[in-house]
Amino acid sequence: MDNLVILFVIVPLGSAFLIPIIGKFIPHFQKALSLLALLFLCTLILNYLFTGNSQCIIYKVAGWEAVENVPIGIYLVLDGLSAFLLLIINSIGFLVVFYSFSYMRKYTAENYFYTLLCLMIAGMNGVVLTGDLFNLYVFLEIAVIASYALVAFGIEKDELEASFKYQVLGGIASLLILLGISLLYWQTKTLNMADISHVISTQADSKTTLFIQIILITGFGIKGAMIPFHAWLPDAHSSAPSPISSMLSGVLIKAIGIYAIIRLFYNMFAITYEIALIITVIGTLSMVIGGLLAIGQWDLKRLLAYSSISQMGYVVIGIGMGMLILISNGDKMVASMAVAGGLFHLINHAVFKGLLFLNAGAIEYATGTRDLKQMGGLAKDMPVTSSTSMSASMAISGIPPFNGFFSKLLIIIAAIKGQYYLLAALAVLVSIITLAYFLKFQRYAFFNKTKYTGSALVKEVPFTMAFSMIVMGVLCLVLSLLIFPGIREIILSPAVEVLMETTEYSSKIIGL
Amino acid sequence: MSKIVKTATGLLCGVVFMYGLYIITHGHLTPGGGFAGGVLVAGSFILLILAYGSDVLMLRKEETESSVTESSAILIVLILAVIGMFAGGAAFMNNYFQFGEVGELISAGVIPLYNIFIGMEVASALLTIFLAFVIYKKEVLK
Repeated sequence: MDNLVILFVIVPLGSAFLIPIIGKFIPHFQKALSLLALLFLCTLILNYLFTGNSQCIIYKVAGWEAVENVPIGIYLVLDGLSAFLLLIINSIGFLVVFYSFSYMRKYTAENYFYTLLCLMIAGMNGVVLTGDLFNLYVFLEIAVIASYALVAFGIEKDELEASFKYQVLGGIASLLILLGISLLYWQTKTLNMADISHVISTQADSKTTLFIQIILITGFGIKGAMIPFHAWLPDAHSSAPSPISSMLSGVLIKAIGIYAIIRLFYNMFAITYEIALIITVIGTLSMVIGGLLAIGQWDLKRLLAYSSISQMGYVVIGIGMGMLILISNGDKMVASMAVAGGLFHLINHAVFKGLLFLNAGAIEYATGTRDLKQMGGLAKDMPVTSSTSMSASMAISGIPPFNGFFSKLLIIIAAIKGQYYLLAALAVLVSIITLAYFLKFQRYAFFNKTKYTGSALVKEVPFTMAFSMIVMGVLCLVLSLLIFPGIREIILSPAVEVLMETTEYSSKIIGL
Repeated sequence: MSKIVKTATGLLCGVVFMYGLYIITHGHLTPGGGFAGGVLVAGSFILLILAYGSDVLMLRKEETESSVTESSAILIVLILAVIGMFAGGAAFMNNYFQFGEVGELISAGVIPLYNIFIGMEVASALLTIFLAFVIYKKEVLK
């Protein structure tokens, strides 16, 4: 396994550039290759999780060894947290590719679609694997530039506008991140995250560090669509082709936004009270305002996009609360519970929001509309879509025994134990708001008495689309198991441990 | 374009092209490398297209070719890097050739090869982008 870590970048990158050459001559090559590549990566990461005993693998690109404990090359680091994110990226990617087989038929230039998708996955895998700050920026740009093109894939007026907006805000974010990285390089004279952490801990210049932290929070906050920086998300996620919306909402904002914040502020910078407070406040704002904005939406995919902002708020609250408890010398168990809740909600959100966007795609595929007012009574004609979306809606609103219930429960219990009563109350309140707007979606799309009156004959979607939706619908239920001892130790606990160790990450990698 | 422009471009583009190749092949010795040289190479082609013009059909063919070249070049870079996993230090992007003498043209192991293919990739990518814009404009005006 040690030497196979790099395959997470090579395989999707290689497939991305094989597709436009060979795909021209062999029909269906693009689908087969991207599916096989992602299946392979899924097997690889599952193999690591179930046999690796959560050991930390360090891969030195080009074989550059450290000189006097100072890393000089690029390091790829596969630990619990990276493995957790890799599992999400590649498994959701696999299901999305399978779904796209039928969905993308109405578009021309399928080759380019699969090329860009593979490129985006290569970028995200790189972001979560790398242990080098500038390398993180490079992979982040690969992923987001591919996503700019994918958002504009329909090349209609709306798509182009959304993509342009996304590019402008994404460009500002990239600029801020690059500025933060260069300031950090100026301050510490190194780019390796573990080494930066080591150097920063010996320096007394906390004002510069604070400035850099603020810049980085803003940059990654824009990428992760936290509330003051969320303007691009509802447009971009609702205009993209549905499999891509599912990828963007389910995976991309987590892998390049939330993951980077978690990794940098837990493992690289020493945790400070101010930063922990800022992160928690941003999370709370996202959770409450995102939820309130979602209620009034009549465009199905816009509703789901606002709901993404709200649900990512839960994740960030869990993470921020963990930091707050750690820094105020609270109970470490409570901190790890808050972080576990956040990370658990992250994987749950990837599954049910991915599924909801696939459902929205299926409805659009069958009826040709995204407007909730024009739908109605689809439950009878589209049983698979209806039942899977019911499962996802229940999960996202936190109804037991679906997975969303357990992750929200963990966050709320941690908030009460850590004496953040306001956060606990808000989390419950937003959960009820979530239930409200998902009941609205269920009612207007599937159970309304006024039947859909469009010209198209409504029938169930083709097999590949239905298959992906069913698998994810079942996953909504199965993932609840992650909370129980025995299964928790395989996937969730290693990721939480990495964060609980905070700056020991550095000593583990540079070996001091 | 007028005859003056055409003649001047004809004289100039060869020099630009050669300079691009020089920058690419001396990437490991002098400032610049695959990217800077590739831009120059693409520039020489773009100059020719601007001066002499071309019909959409020819441009389409050219775009297909440059797009394929681009993908192949980046694939070759990837393969060169993957070979490193099986040779020498057994790591991705490992430099597995002999280094030679410092300052010679043929030295620095596998780095010049990377530079050459990255130059190819950048040149064809920029050309593809330019051609896509030209084709788009011509189709819209039609």
